[in-house]
Amino acid sequence: MILFYLFAAVAVLASLLVIVQRNPIYSVLFLIASFGALSGLYVLLEAPFVAMIQIIVYAGAIMVLFLFVVMLLNAPHEDTEEDLERGVPPPSSGRVKVFGALLAIVLVVELIGVVVASRRAPIAFAAPAVSSVAAIGRSLFTDYAFPFEVTSVLILVALVGAIVLARRESGEGI
Amino acid sequence: MTPLLVAQIGLTLFVFVALLSSAAGMVLVERKVAAFLQQRLGPYLVGPWGILQPLADVIKLMFKEELRPAAADKWLFALAPIISAAAAFSAFAVVPFGAETTLFGLLDQPLRLQVADVNVAILVIFAIASMGVYGIVLAGWSSNSKYSLLGGLRSSAQMISYELSYGLSLASVLVVANSLSLTQIVNGQSGAWLGFLPRWYVFTQPVAFLVFLTAGIAETNRAPFDFPEAEQELVAGYHTEYSSMSFAMFFLAEYINMVTVSAVATDLFLGGWHGPFLPVSLGWIWFLLKVAAILFFYVWMRWTLPRYRYDQLMAFGWKVLLPVATINLLVTAAGVLYLGI
Repeated sequence: MILFYLFAAVAVLASLLVIVQRNPIYSVLFLIASFGALSGLYVLLEAPFVAMIQIIVYAGAIMVLFLFVVMLLNAPHEDTEEDLERGVPPPSSGRVKVFGALLAIVLVVELIGVVVASRRAPIAFAAPAVSSVAAIGRSLFTDYAFPFEVTSVLILVALVGAIVLARRESGEGI
Repeated sequence: MTPLLVAQIGLTLFVFVALLSSAAGMVLVERKVAAFLQQRLGPYLVGPWGILQPLADVIKLMFKEELRPAAADKWLFALAPIISAAAAFSAFAVVPFGAETTLFGLLDQPLRLQVADVNVAILVIFAIASMGVYGIVLAGWSSNSKYSLLGGLRSSAQMISYELSYGLSLASVLVVANSLSLTQIVNGQSGAWLGFLPRWYVFTQPVAFLVFLTAGIAETNRAPFDFPEAEQELVAGYHTEYSSMSFAMFFLAEYINMVTVSAVATDLFLGGWHGPFLPVSLGWIWFLLKVAAILFFYVWMRWTLPRYRYDQLMAFGWKVLLPVATINLLVTAAGVLYLGI
């Protein structure tokens, strides 16, 4: 139980720091810390496979790419003077504020909904045996085969789209 | 405290010290082997046969001044070597290196020669390795120097590309062994075919073994894939701006990663502590010999092959190694499913 509160506190605190930080590199790092804490929670739920996949895929692979992009774009701070000169609206302009407030309201309503729902009927966790690798693989390729395949096609489409957008026209040279 | 717990703590400390000294030993071996390959003598002044040279190096590094570029990011610059070293040390925790032992009857219950027996051990090693990449990326970025940044970017691009082939070659062994636990994988390799050929997975999965070794060299950033440190282009890559003990930590992490990759290769493909002639209780001698053989192979490669070009490295990783590993995995899976091998 102490471990649960520790991991939960780290996850929440790190997530808060993600949005409070001005430097995007620090935001990415706190997001990784938050993923690590989530993976700890998975271990407590006796799902070590999911915990490790969480670290390998999210904290490992995806966040490294995030870090890459942030480093290569070299965007050190928000609200730079250059942005203002180029006419890019700073994030604190009125329109953005309204949009952010709307999103925040939706999020708060969702959170309240989840808390109320979990009070009414405690969420039952799967038995440890269900979280074994073989069981996950079997249900992924039988019961959830369609969503699984649709997700792969979706990711493939995103990949092809990224290549089409990033590719130079032929004849332009490299 | 029960005797088993004391033994467990002792084992943990032992592994820590053993990793430290193996890294020191590897530095000496590397220099000696390199010297012999180039018809030189190598270090020979400090101690007999130069065996105290690593100690002299460590003392020198400790008394060096700790430098930090003025424009560097203070926190991340200090954090990066810590991440690298911590990841290197913790990955070995799930690697088993011997059969269960009672320490010559001192303990009532058998003790596993492994710091932590996790049933998803392979994934843990993989996860920790992917965390180790951050040490390098952050070192490159926080130094605020172009050589460091390029070295860090190259190194992490290389590690991410080769991690895929690395993982796929592991997966085909997992399919054959039908387990994610390293202890069970090693135990699946006991015995012999026809009485003399050991039941090691290197004989049933030769392609996976080759892919694993190649990807392992790239993962540990060693020659011929040592782009992060391509001296003529990048000075010293991601650790250009580091000095003293923080540099030593990167150095340490690199050698410990090498030991870990060799130990994992031994457990997965070379039958771990199983071998002829010795009783099971002395199996760790076989384990050490096999790890030493792979380590020697790594050193040998480094001083024999010239460095590739960076685009060749990427093309090789994505266009040769990855397809080979994928086809191998598919063939293995089909074999296990339809032929029941």
